[in-house]
Amino acid sequence: MTNITAILKKEFRSYFNSPIAYIFITFFLGISSWLFFRGFFIQNQAEMRGFFGLMPWIFLFFIPAVTMKLWAEEKKIGTIEILMTLPIRDYEVVLGKFLASFALLAVSVLLSLVLTCSVVYLGDPDGGTLVAGYIGLLLMGGAYLAIGLFASTLTENQIIAFILGISTCFVLLIIGEDFVLFNAPNWLFPIFSYLGLGAHYSSILRGVLDSRDIIYYLSMIGLFLYLSTLAVESRKWR
Amino acid sequence: MIEVRELTKSYGPTVAVNKVSFEAHAGEVLGFLGPNGAGKTTTMRILTCYLSADAGSATVAGYNIFEDSVEIRKRIGYLPESAPLYTDMGVIEYLNFMTQVRHIPKSERKERIRAVIDTCGLEDVIQKDIGELSKGYRQRLGLAQSLIHDPPILILDEPTSGLDPNQIIEIRNLIRDIGQEKLVLFSTHILSEVSATCTRILIINNGEIVANGTPEELASQAEGEEIVHIAIRGSQEAIEASLNELEFVSQWAHVETTDGIVVYQVNAPQGSDAAEALFHVVVQNGWSLTELRQESVDLEDVFLNLTDKQ
Repeated sequence: MTNITAILKKEFRSYFNSPIAYIFITFFLGISSWLFFRGFFIQNQAEMRGFFGLMPWIFLFFIPAVTMKLWAEEKKIGTIEILMTLPIRDYEVVLGKFLASFALLAVSVLLSLVLTCSVVYLGDPDGGTLVAGYIGLLLMGGAYLAIGLFASTLTENQIIAFILGISTCFVLLIIGEDFVLFNAPNWLFPIFSYLGLGAHYSSILRGVLDSRDIIYYLSMIGLFLYLSTLAVESRKWR
Repeated sequence: MIEVRELTKSYGPTVAVNKVSFEAHAGEVLGFLGPNGAGKTTTMRILTCYLSADAGSATVAGYNIFEDSVEIRKRIGYLPESAPLYTDMGVIEYLNFMTQVRHIPKSERKERIRAVIDTCGLEDVIQKDIGELSKGYRQRLGLAQSLIHDPPILILDEPTSGLDPNQIIEIRNLIRDIGQEKLVLFSTHILSEVSATCTRILIINNGEIVANGTPEELASQAEGEEIVHIAIRGSQEAIEASLNELEFVSQWAHVETTDGIVVYQVNAPQGSDAAEALFHVVVQNGWSLTELRQESVDLEDVFLNLTDKQ
């Protein structure tokens, strides 16, 4: 546990030592506020649906940018050699790095509560939907992060990690979207609609916290963290 | 403390380390010598459990590299080649991170950090970010990182590369001090470094160990001939005629002639005191001697002999 916290703290600080964290938070808040307020006064409804509905697409571009350096940079500058010869198990490093990126996401999401506050101030939105929305946001964000982290373990080039991350998230996102589902063969329909990254989120957004949706995201996170650990260990495969 | 048996590792079709076996104990400074790409780094990476070997076995500090890698990693300090460090961290922040992942108790952290700052001469840069450090200071910080938990085994990959002569001497002295009671294994391709620092040398070439012994042992292996460098002012024909007559000269070569001074390299069997004999020849013939120098057969020749066969 001390190992995981040490890595978590180091990586989280490293986000704030470099401009990454500030740029991420600024753009994340800027773009989401703009997209949110653009429709807010036209619809004249005190609800966050527009904000939450955009998130799967905003995350698509932002989250791989947060995770791309986590492993690729270590490989590029060689620090991985010191890191992986410390008395730490590979999965502890993977977990520490994941939690650090999750913490950055949580901070950004927390800051976006300003939007929520203004909605609450201006009108009377459904509290349950809001809470469910935020939980869904963090769960879905976690899954994106795990995918991005996995992409970063595969290469030493951050750009490649970024593009790999985006493409993987994109594929997993659109297979659950209606226009793909309706064109997919019948037998693929249930698989696609279950695997789609966004579908479970939309059902959480309706205000229903279904355990199946939570389990889906947790297992996606688990799966990709497991794959990351395998990829990190692969240097030792014979 | 380190016991390596027939260790083998290939990258695809290239065999990087081929059936390497050796032993090393506490109180030794073991120099890994070899040309670039000989397999030094790969061997070190296997011993530090960064990579895995294809075949063979090795124990470090009594633990098997395949089974107890975490136990081994607790007991070694490792400085990889070119000291890779997190450039966005501060010096103290980095060392502090290392004390955490090395499980140094909170009460001892400050003391340990202070100790490695003193040993590695980092006092002047403690306020800086690693990104601002010069190559030499990065190398020292890398060394500090490997010493922070006071490990019984220290593995250093080219610890003196990129340092200036003063720093090189400092690091060598440091290695020798540490080697008094611990095991230091370090690699280099600089010859003078091993003879100055090591108690034992392993010469590795194309993934195989081609020599293993103390610097003196290795140097004596290559002896057998004296090489004398001589420069004479006199008639070239007369000099060469008498060189041909001399019995102890097994071979001679004309090196150059400048301003009437003729330079030769003369080979003679070991123990023939060729330099002295040549001096007498010069005096008897009334030539004047401008340079006479016996070239010692040293590690360099051993190294060239052993690694140049291909």
